[in-house]
Amino acid sequence: MLKIEKLHKSYPIGDSSLHVLKGIDLSVEEGEMVAIMGSSGSGKSTLLNIIGMLDEADEGDYVLDGVKIENLTEKKAAVYRNKFLGFIFQSFNLINYKNALENVALPLYYQGMNRKQRQEEGMFHLGKVGLADWAKHLPNELSGGQKQRVAIARALAAKPKLLLADEPTGALDTTTSYEIMEFIQQLNDEGKTILMVTHEEDIANMCKRIVRLKDGVIMEDTFVNQVRASQYV
Amino acid sequence: MFDIDLWREIFQSINKNRTRSLLSGFTVAFAILLFTILFGVANGLGNTFSEAFVDDANNAIFIRSGRTTKAHKGLQAGRRIQFKNGDYDYIKEEFGDKVQYITSRVYKGVNASFRNEENSYTVRACHPDHQYLENTLMTDGRFINQSDLDNKTKVIVIGRLVEEDLFLKTTALGKYVNLSGIQYKVVGVFRDKGGDNEERLIYMPISTAQQVYGNNDYVDQINLTYNPNMDYDQALAFGRTITKKMKNRFSVASNDQRAIRLFNMAEQSKGVNQMTSGLGILILVIGFGTLIAGIVGISNIMIFIVKERTKEIGIRKALGASPKSIISIILIESVLITIIAGFMGLVIGTGVLELVGPSLEEYFIKDPSVSGTLVLGATITLIIAGAIAGYLPAKKASRIKPIVALRND
Repeated sequence: MLKIEKLHKSYPIGDSSLHVLKGIDLSVEEGEMVAIMGSSGSGKSTLLNIIGMLDEADEGDYVLDGVKIENLTEKKAAVYRNKFLGFIFQSFNLINYKNALENVALPLYYQGMNRKQRQEEGMFHLGKVGLADWAKHLPNELSGGQKQRVAIARALAAKPKLLLADEPTGALDTTTSYEIMEFIQQLNDEGKTILMVTHEEDIANMCKRIVRLKDGVIMEDTFVNQVRASQYV
Repeated sequence: MFDIDLWREIFQSINKNRTRSLLSGFTVAFAILLFTILFGVANGLGNTFSEAFVDDANNAIFIRSGRTTKAHKGLQAGRRIQFKNGDYDYIKEEFGDKVQYITSRVYKGVNASFRNEENSYTVRACHPDHQYLENTLMTDGRFINQSDLDNKTKVIVIGRLVEEDLFLKTTALGKYVNLSGIQYKVVGVFRDKGGDNEERLIYMPISTAQQVYGNNDYVDQINLTYNPNMDYDQALAFGRTITKKMKNRFSVASNDQRAIRLFNMAEQSKGVNQMTSGLGILILVIGFGTLIAGIVGISNIMIFIVKERTKEIGIRKALGASPKSIISIILIESVLITIIAGFMGLVIGTGVLELVGPSLEEYFIKDPSVSGTLVLGATITLIIAGAIAGYLPAKKASRIKPIVALRND
């Protein structure tokens, strides 16, 4: 599904440069649910950004679903992002002047789907996250948990191969966090491959595999017994 | 290609971000409004100004003769110089297309009578070109023509006030007027902006006058207009050349100021021209100033809009928006706002000018208006400037890494 070999990345800081990723090897199979952990500065976000094609590696190979990701132009990256990837962010990143349905339908617009179809698909995915009745509401009329569910519906709408989540529960209280995690676990049960960055142990333990990063290298890569979020809700 | 979804996106964005749209629209509308009003007022000033100098053609040259004051080539001082038809022909042939219109003049005082009304007037006998030299406006009939001249017909063209004096409330055209004992047919009535004196004149073919009054070929004065393509300096030089050649022709000393007198309107119009060109420069400065202010305003707004939308752009890119779609959505939105707002400014501006224009006449601002093409041009300039000013930040925005944009809470 996803294969990374000898990935290096450094950022220039003034005259010197900061070596953030120092040779990462990682491979993720279809249907996995992986948590990437590490303290701040460990390179976990950089890794997720490279996987998400929001950033490009200096060195190393990256193959996603059999496609070698290299020489990314802005245009190519946009097509790949739209086709392969769904993003879930800590701060939800909904467009505040668009209602829930329009937000969910936006990636479909960039896929070139017609309006009627977009509306139908959007409603279907909103229904899946249990917010069909909130379709016409603007983001600021929704609670944090609802916003994140709209964001998840949006990420799913494009039918991505891989779901990337950057601290998806970072802005939520514990109860809501577990609700969201329960939902993400359901998606994984249905076969979606999920990769998430978190620094919370309890959230990481709800995944099936934990990759720990420190100073740009993988310190530990273990499969864990998944804790079901439903037992806390 | 018309992409209805793109336009839907744009209209939603304009509609949902009303403050932003209104603010940017206001700047543009205000710039165009100011441009229209200032330009209109400046034009009004210009109109007042040029109106004060419209009587005679402003490229006219008048040549008169007098007595010599200096002895020259064995000829005594005090000799009288008399122009004749030959001098008229000479100037016409000598200077060719440097001369636009040319006429000789013979003056005669006459007593004119029609039925019981009688009055004295000045007859100005002339060539047909005279009409254009004096800006004579025909209200009835025609001016003197070449066939009158060739046949020495006894026809006259009378001023508006002559008609009023002699014909009271009736029309003069086609009737016969007695000028000092000879009957002349009235073939035309004219108006002249030069004032009442000009409208108390009677025009007659010069050949008729020469035959009737003395049977000679004397000419009192030669008037001409120079080719309007000449600039100020060329016109002055032309005047000096005529003077020199005429002095040679009559064997007059070159430093004799009285024998041949040439009056060149170009000298007079220098002051007027300087004033008008000063006004023109003022208008240009005002126009450019307002336009530049508008352009700066739009550029600022575009930068602000892109800044404000950075996060939205990041989201759209993460969802798969291509750089092109980012640029077009920002650019089309701003151009659309500029067009609508610019048009509103134009309509309001011309409306204001129309409304207050008539009451400004006492402040020397007459008929303050701007040509539609000018304001349209200004609006289009603003649109293009706005598009260019918007394109750079939009292009930059399209290059923003989504991750940077999204981190920017």
